[in-house]
Amino acid sequence: MDFTHTEDRRMISDSLRRYLADQYGIEHRNQAAYEAPFHDASKWAELAELGILGALVTEDQGGFGGHGFDIAVVFEELGRGLCPEPMLGNLLALRLYAALGQSDRVDAIVAGTARAALAVHETDAFVDLDEISIEANGSGDSVTLTGRKSVVYGGNSADHILVVAKNASGLGLYEIAPGDADVMGYAMIDGGGAAEVILENTKATTLSENARGIIEAALDAGRLALCAEAVGIMDVLRDTVKDYLLQRQQFGRPIALFQALQHRLVDFSIEIEQARSIVILAASKLGAEDRALHIARAKNLIGRAGKLVAEEAIQMHGGIGMTWEYGASHYAKRLIMIDAQLGDTEDQLRTSMELAAA
Amino acid sequence: MDLNFTAEEDAFRAEVRQFLKDNLSDEIVAKMRGMEELTKEDLESWHATLQSRNWLAAGWPVEHGGPGWNATQRHIFDEECAAANAPRIVPFGLGMLGPVLLKFGTEEQKAEILPRILDGTDWWCQGYSEPGAGSDLASLKTKAERDGDDYIINGQKTWTTLGQHANKIFCLVRTSSEGKPQEGISFVLVDIDTPGIEMRPIRLLEGGYEVNEVFFTDVRVPVANRVGEENEGWTIAKYLLTHERTNIAGVGASTQALAELKMLAAKVSRKGKPLSTDPIFMAKVAETEIDLEAMRITNLRMLSADATGREAGTVSSMLKIKGTVIRQSINDLARRALGPAACPFPSEEVIGNLAVAPPEAARNAADYFNNRKLSIFGGSNEIQRNIITKNLFGA
Repeated sequence: MDFTHTEDRRMISDSLRRYLADQYGIEHRNQAAYEAPFHDASKWAELAELGILGALVTEDQGGFGGHGFDIAVVFEELGRGLCPEPMLGNLLALRLYAALGQSDRVDAIVAGTARAALAVHETDAFVDLDEISIEANGSGDSVTLTGRKSVVYGGNSADHILVVAKNASGLGLYEIAPGDADVMGYAMIDGGGAAEVILENTKATTLSENARGIIEAALDAGRLALCAEAVGIMDVLRDTVKDYLLQRQQFGRPIALFQALQHRLVDFSIEIEQARSIVILAASKLGAEDRALHIARAKNLIGRAGKLVAEEAIQMHGGIGMTWEYGASHYAKRLIMIDAQLGDTEDQLRTSMELAAA
Repeated sequence: MDLNFTAEEDAFRAEVRQFLKDNLSDEIVAKMRGMEELTKEDLESWHATLQSRNWLAAGWPVEHGGPGWNATQRHIFDEECAAANAPRIVPFGLGMLGPVLLKFGTEEQKAEILPRILDGTDWWCQGYSEPGAGSDLASLKTKAERDGDDYIINGQKTWTTLGQHANKIFCLVRTSSEGKPQEGISFVLVDIDTPGIEMRPIRLLEGGYEVNEVFFTDVRVPVANRVGEENEGWTIAKYLLTHERTNIAGVGASTQALAELKMLAAKVSRKGKPLSTDPIFMAKVAETEIDLEAMRITNLRMLSADATGREAGTVSSMLKIKGTVIRQSINDLARRALGPAACPFPSEEVIGNLAVAPPEAARNAADYFNNRKLSIFGGSNEIQRNIITKNLFGA
């Protein structure tokens, strides 16, 4: 048994950590995260150059990673740096293009010359693929799509949008050019961009008419990424709380000397280690048959640990933790909102129960 | 033991309900349901509406313009206001300074200031916390030095809620550095437009603006503006912490928020069915409701007991802790009910044109983040635990 990452993974993790610390100070990060286009487009090519997009797909597919641990190390650092770039949307799209052998698209995304997003949610189908109602009209080369896709992560800054829609044989995957649809971008409450995508007889290219399996796999890769991002954020919050308790003086001493607070910091530190462990397990299972169960378990635990850590981090800072100006409040917001993405604590609990019983 | 309200109390409830039905505008109700920020005008006009019926200063005695209600009537009034989605009464003048003046003020102060609170001439805000004096309020450093018939105030206050609307601020200031820190504090009333005062907004994590920093540089205030004796302001500060807090548990507001949560759960879907039929989510809603139900009775028990002194401190601290935790749990569930629809920043565009979430729920995530303040302000829940501990062990 060996819990150390390979040298390659350590290198990409180190260089990404340095880059984000250097380029995304909290003020700049917030400006980029909340003002259109809700990320810093000038940094995208540099992030690609660091290899973080290539790390998300395998060598055969045009990258140099692609395993669970590759995704985990990259997203843990994105969390640590509170990076507002649309990396989740691009991961989802990239995994799908790679699974379908769309090497032109893979190459462009890996090189940082194009961005993509996955339009899967609908306002009445935010979690379940079975509830998707948009249907592909026509087949083969002459397909059109009509309906609304909601909360498309990174959809506001994508050059290509993949759309999940029903067809006669199940769930298909289609590509549209954003210019052919009505794409309305906005900031998310924790920063970064998303979009509503309104399709009206929008011309679409059929990438796969039977894509359910690869869509589920891509969403699980996304869930793993979110879990790893949460671990990076939790590490920062634990350090920030610890430093604050040592530095903040009340009643003539640092508040770190109050046992009630010490124990709370310890309790949430234990949950962070639990979170780290389950993410390692999930990462090791990304290519396994029981992938879905392990991913659901990880995201359930991450949801619970994340809520505890975020709420305690704010509470233990007192008023300062409630302010926009203070960095930790933005980390806490992101940590809470990770739960809402790609199925929350309860959704993952439902999935875990179903799959464990199967 | 009888858990029923009396016939008179039921009649009073009906009267309050009818008044709210006749006088609360649909526009305000929509804003309240949608958790929109109320304007200064919204709040002032609601105060004036209540004052027209003599119901504004719920805790004041009749001779000073209050309705002279007992604790149960006030509880009923709070419950009905919350159920009708009425705005909360801004507490700084009516619930804080008013009772302080009634207890510690001179006759001149009462005669001059109380009517101006009632008719809305003055909007008071609170100058208590400082950057270095939060939980440890007694360590406050803002200094008031005597110069003839004036104090000269220098220092900084923070977390001043709705200070942007205020023309007056009541402050705790240091008038002596002798003895224990608690022994050198005085309570003074200051005009915001006095030269040397600067108010700066603090943006909260969800993006809203409701608190401020207030800077004092050589601010000259007549000694006559002091309430109570010099260096006895701590008694007043403590009085505020343990009195005028019948509504501290927020039972009415939480009951209303829970009703909204259930309506939302019936509206949104999971796995093709209303979320309100999902046992995993609804189990959490039910647990919260059970806690709230128990707290409703706890609150009524405490009101009946009419506790005083030490006991009153324990009771209001207990209600504050439990009340805020329950409210935050409702906020948490309301945000979760939306799933990814909670993600968009609730701008006008997102709420009005895009309607990703039902309009009354579009601010649920923002409200969840904003209400993390409940367990921090007004004496953090940690400080409330300290108060209960002290009383428990008689320390």
